[in-house]
Amino acid sequence: MKIHIRNGRLIDPASKTDKLLDLFIAAGRIVGVGAAPAGFEANSVLNATGCIVCPGLVDLAARLREPGFEYKATLESEMAAAAAGGVTRLACPPDTDPVLDEPGLVEMLTHRARLPEFAHVHPVGALTTQLEGKSLTEMAELNEAGCVAFGQANRAIVDTQVLLRAMMYAATFDFPVWLQAQDPFLARKGVAHDGEVAARLGLAGIPVAAETIALATILHLARETGARVHVTRISSAAGVEMVVAARAAGIAVTCDVAIHHLHLCEMDIGFFNAHARLDPPLRSVRDREALRTGLASGAINALCSDHTPVDDDGKQMPFDEAEVGATGLELLLPLTLKWAQEVKLPLVTALARVTSDPARILGVKAGSLASGAVADICVFDPAAAFRVSRENLRSQGKNTPFLGSELPGRVRYTLIGGHLAYDGTLN
Amino acid sequence: MNAFGTQQNPQLNGHGELQHLLTIEGLPREVLMRILDTAAPFTEVAEREVKKVPLLRGKSVFNLFFENSTRTRTTFEIAAKRLSADVINLNINTSSASKGETLLDTTDNLAAMQADMFVVRHASSGAPYLIAQHLAATGRDHIHVVNAGDGRHAHPTQGLLDMYTIRHYKTDFTQLTIAIVGDVLHSRVARSQIHALTTLGVPEVRVIAPKTLLPTGVERLGVRVFNDMREGLRGVDVVMMLRLQNERMQGALLPSTQEYFKSYGLTPEKLALAKPDAIVMHPGPMNRGVEIDSAVADGGQAVILPQVTFGIAVRMAVMAMLAGN
Repeated sequence: MKIHIRNGRLIDPASKTDKLLDLFIAAGRIVGVGAAPAGFEANSVLNATGCIVCPGLVDLAARLREPGFEYKATLESEMAAAAAGGVTRLACPPDTDPVLDEPGLVEMLTHRARLPEFAHVHPVGALTTQLEGKSLTEMAELNEAGCVAFGQANRAIVDTQVLLRAMMYAATFDFPVWLQAQDPFLARKGVAHDGEVAARLGLAGIPVAAETIALATILHLARETGARVHVTRISSAAGVEMVVAARAAGIAVTCDVAIHHLHLCEMDIGFFNAHARLDPPLRSVRDREALRTGLASGAINALCSDHTPVDDDGKQMPFDEAEVGATGLELLLPLTLKWAQEVKLPLVTALARVTSDPARILGVKAGSLASGAVADICVFDPAAAFRVSRENLRSQGKNTPFLGSELPGRVRYTLIGGHLAYDGTLN
Repeated sequence: MNAFGTQQNPQLNGHGELQHLLTIEGLPREVLMRILDTAAPFTEVAEREVKKVPLLRGKSVFNLFFENSTRTRTTFEIAAKRLSADVINLNINTSSASKGETLLDTTDNLAAMQADMFVVRHASSGAPYLIAQHLAATGRDHIHVVNAGDGRHAHPTQGLLDMYTIRHYKTDFTQLTIAIVGDVLHSRVARSQIHALTTLGVPEVRVIAPKTLLPTGVERLGVRVFNDMREGLRGVDVVMMLRLQNERMQGALLPSTQEYFKSYGLTPEKLALAKPDAIVMHPGPMNRGVEIDSAVADGGQAVILPQVTFGIAVRMAVMAMLAGN
């Protein structure tokens, strides 16, 4: 299959390109940028007039809910959502049921996900068995089965000796360790940022110190062990400052932020809106501003969807009983564009945070439109709007605090390995 | 910037009238005053030979108590019966919820029994909002919801009966200094009192508690914070005591009831720092010797029993107004 993407504005953050350039694809790879290779004859021409052509998005956190939670979402539904959202590669956290702590489970998942129209899936293996924080998983075996990194999803390792050893062991093989920084004691029973809104609504709070204390532990142990640490879903201004300082001190640490925390704050809980029940909690306006600035400057390395489909039953509950999380795969691109507009960031920089930068954290060759690269491509119309509604979302999870809003950018085509996985012109 | 907040305040209808009573926060002063004014004649009903008025005749009021409370449930029941309503009491933590039925399933089932009003008590903050929003989303706006206490969030009828009591003894809210003493962190009563007092124009609302029993950022609710009870009580017109739950002694919030009583228990000696004509209030049930000394609880300045009596009139007023809107 030879494809010609015609007349689009090509933005390739990896090479800092932003230019009107055609793209030529053959046998699943990019074979020409700007000019077709000799003798190229397209089987299919995709019209990208008025559109931006960029690398397919790389999402560092998308829960596919398989295995174990098929009533919330299935691989099929969430892969359709990924393709519709221009996401061509994603990492999935290990908090499935059973958890991804055995090579067989990881192999089964990657095997199930190996369809041409499905995004490339990179499972994050469990760092400890059952995510219980007690004993180590077979990381080398899990790595052979396809795990690119090891983490705990949203579960903390309470025992710091286990954490130290897990990081040492991972460092032995140079496996990256992905950790959420949240002290489980300070976060105990908490459901919202410990601030004005929680005080008013009578919700149990999670103080910023829950993040900074856990982060201090992680950063100290990263220095101690030399482990490559990636901090997931950072939520506070103080947390960003600590990561920046640690990096300046020579600690190898990266971090990401979720789309929700980039755009929302504690006020968005409104009248107990369960869609705003997230982990970590939405924090203050000041924290949100620091996250927006930090992502722009690169202090925060990547933006992710933290996609967590939850069924209606899980959300139609009192705020403190509702399940945490929001659907996000289809909002990642629009919310990246909205943020870029609001902070006046060039698209080539903004898109880096959802393409080449997360690809580097994953340690895979992706997120680039260079000749020879795998043809994972997103073509979107920046002038069109995406209205977030239950009907428009392909994800089985309709749970998002953005329901009802109009966001910039609509995907026209998504190509995964040169295969047209989504065609928005058919809608 | 609440860019994506599409939720409406569900407690007011299109005309700005009370559709439900979920919280005092955000209610205009006029609405609060109207409730207090409406309550006044209801106090006389209790003194009649026949303690009934027909305002809610033929209406069904469901007391949905997902959390036990004999006292509050009883006062709502009496209030509804004095308005001639049919009252159905449901203690749900002992029935469906334990069988796995969701809050909204329970609501739907009871709504199908032609309920006109739900009086809801729930351990989770915001639970009555969920019910009100669900009723609106399913086109059953004619059913009114009264919050009878949700988690740590609100207990609006308690807040209102406290305002009624203060007005009864002190008349002008704008001349008062009022102290709320005790476990503000876990108290829905305190939150409702604070919103009511600040809305009614009380110039100085104080909260007195150790730091472990105050929510972060409580001063942004418009109160002055005191950690020293003696300092906080100086010159106040009204002392509003809060109940201290015994389980607060676990979980490292307080060392012991003895130490709490020493620092934050209301004794005659501490009360003497308030104005000589200060009144003492308590939402009940009291822990004598923990937050309040019996000499104060039974003393001349306590208005704790009148609070209970006024509570029925205020709840009658709320139910009558909702049914009329």
